Amino acid sequence: MILAGTASPPPAAARSQRAARAVMTAALLLPATLFLAGWFLWPLGQLLVLSLSSPEGPTAAYRALAESEVFRSVFVNTLLLAVVVTVICTLLAYPAAWLLTRVRGFWFSVALYCVLLPFWISILVRTFSWMLLLERNGPVNNLLMAVGATHQPLRLLFNQFSVHVGMVHVLLPYAILPIYASMLKVDRRLLLASDGLGASSRTTFLRVFLPLTMPGVMAGAAFVFLLALGFFITPALLGGPQNLTAAMLIDSFVNERLVWPMAAAASFILLLMVLAVLLLTSRFVAIGSVMVMK
Amino acid sequence: MTMSAGMHGVSFRQVSKSYGAVRALRPLDLEIEPGEFLTLLGPSGSGKTTLLNIAAGFLDPDGGQVVIGSRDVTALPPRARNVGMVFQNYALFPHLDVFENVAYGLRVRRVADAELRARVDTALGLVQLGDFGARAINQLSGGQQQRVALARAMVIEPDLLLMDEPLGALDRQLRKHVQLEIRRLHNEKPRTTIYVTHDQEEALVMSDRVAIMRDGRIEQIGTPHELYDRPRNAYSASFLGESNLLPVHIDEVRDDRASFTVDGPEALRSQSQGDDLPGPGPALLLARPEAVRPAADGEPGLEAVVEETVYLGELVATRLRMSTGQTVWMRRMNAPPHEVGARIRITWDPAKARLLPEKKPS
Repeated sequence: MILAGTASPPPAAARSQRAARAVMTAALLLPATLFLAGWFLWPLGQLLVLSLSSPEGPTAAYRALAESEVFRSVFVNTLLLAVVVTVICTLLAYPAAWLLTRVRGFWFSVALYCVLLPFWISILVRTFSWMLLLERNGPVNNLLMAVGATHQPLRLLFNQFSVHVGMVHVLLPYAILPIYASMLKVDRRLLLASDGLGASSRTTFLRVFLPLTMPGVMAGAAFVFLLALGFFITPALLGGPQNLTAAMLIDSFVNERLVWPMAAAASFILLLMVLAVLLLTSRFVAIGSVMVMK
Repeated sequence: MTMSAGMHGVSFRQVSKSYGAVRALRPLDLEIEPGEFLTLLGPSGSGKTTLLNIAAGFLDPDGGQVVIGSRDVTALPPRARNVGMVFQNYALFPHLDVFENVAYGLRVRRVADAELRARVDTALGLVQLGDFGARAINQLSGGQQQRVALARAMVIEPDLLLMDEPLGALDRQLRKHVQLEIRRLHNEKPRTTIYVTHDQEEALVMSDRVAIMRDGRIEQIGTPHELYDRPRNAYSASFLGESNLLPVHIDEVRDDRASFTVDGPEALRSQSQGDDLPGPGPALLLARPEAVRPAADGEPGLEAVVEETVYLGELVATRLRMSTGQTVWMRRMNAPPHEVGARIRITWDPAKARLLPEKKPS
């Protein structure tokens, strides 16, 4: 934010003050920068080198991935899965976030903890819980049969459905929180103004509230999408063999087939997809501004 | 669009509102004439903003009726009232440009494009922002935003225009300018307006009538002139204009004439004439600073010490301390200034002074 200032050239005193502040900023950022450089950027460079070091030539791994029907479809599946999960999460998160802005006192605490609690429980535990809930003789099937919705237990597990359910459950808070933050920022008087100018509740929502909360929606959707792209545990445990995602593919390259250059290349393709989405999103919203809750 | 737009009277009948145990409005009656500019003047917590929000429909009264023209709007939501509102902080839509902000109420009303364009342009022209249509709201200064808010409220041809301290966020210089601007717009095209402020100068400059509010009721209502000349009590007197209030004792009231004694060592006796004099007993004498003058030689007067002299161009304001310890201001045109520390005797112009009840009648 400080860097975004558009002040005219400062006089000498202000300039030295600004220089001091720059040194201070650099000093504060140094530990994090060093840490990231040593433990993230450098390994990332190594990974890039690795992806280019197939015995068959530098671009062999990338070519193999691009040419294979199976690998291509894994990436397409991953992308589609992420899109569907993102859409469902966003649609569920919007009314939930709105509810959060409406309730007060005790019920606000309850609602907020309902959103935050999943953050503090391991993904593994939550995923296993879904396995118990969705299994052949689990509570969901029992309920469906009890109310007569079905005579046979439904196959709810190890398919597209269970993967979606599990991922939406894990990722929903990431959509709710930025949307909630953007809703809090909407000045209530704007809604009154719209009402006073003759707009119906529906028009006020569509013309004022929705556009003003759109940055939060975009940010929430971006979070969910990015996390969903790289998701591993939930699709691995809840999905069937046909629900292979990019992360699972990388896992199998590393742990089963021991083709490390392929794993590295697949990781880089995933990374490029993520960067592309980030770039696209940042054209519409300043993600940083939405992440800062008030 | 009807010819009579903006020319409806407004009636509040026994309107009341409480927040828990706090009575924001006691049952209150108020009639506003068609085309009148009425100001609700009072400190915060006096109920003026509550009354405004009830008129807009943003608040439901606990009891009573709000009638605009011949329509009882008490149960109507804001969108059905055709009331224009200028908010204290303007409440402009940040995601729309100036043109679309002003056009909002017309788009909602599904006004055809050509007419909409013409009306928005006219409204922006009226507030002298004709070239600003494409600007984003955050590119405007406070004064410009204020004018956009005004244009947005006026363009829908409201039956009633409401303004909630719209000049509060502007600096003093700009405030004076916009006051006159609002008054000019009102004179060019009178429409029934309720204006809320705690600034007495705004109230005096702009209003046809002023209602002084206190503790959820109207203390006094009248033209600025009436309120200045004939305040009903010390509260009204001190809220509008500067005032010296001297404690006195009314000895006798006969017809429209009262004789009284000013409290203090001099026990100065005097008389006052008026039609609503308080009864015998303790009372207050209101003498505006311009009614106070030095006593002539031999004329009875009150002892005072000059504490400060302030030059206001041709006017000279003098702060005096009475022998009772009370501070009195005197304002004279083209008068030779007194030395600080000088002892003088002062008196007042009986025609410009007024006896007020000691406490507010309640």
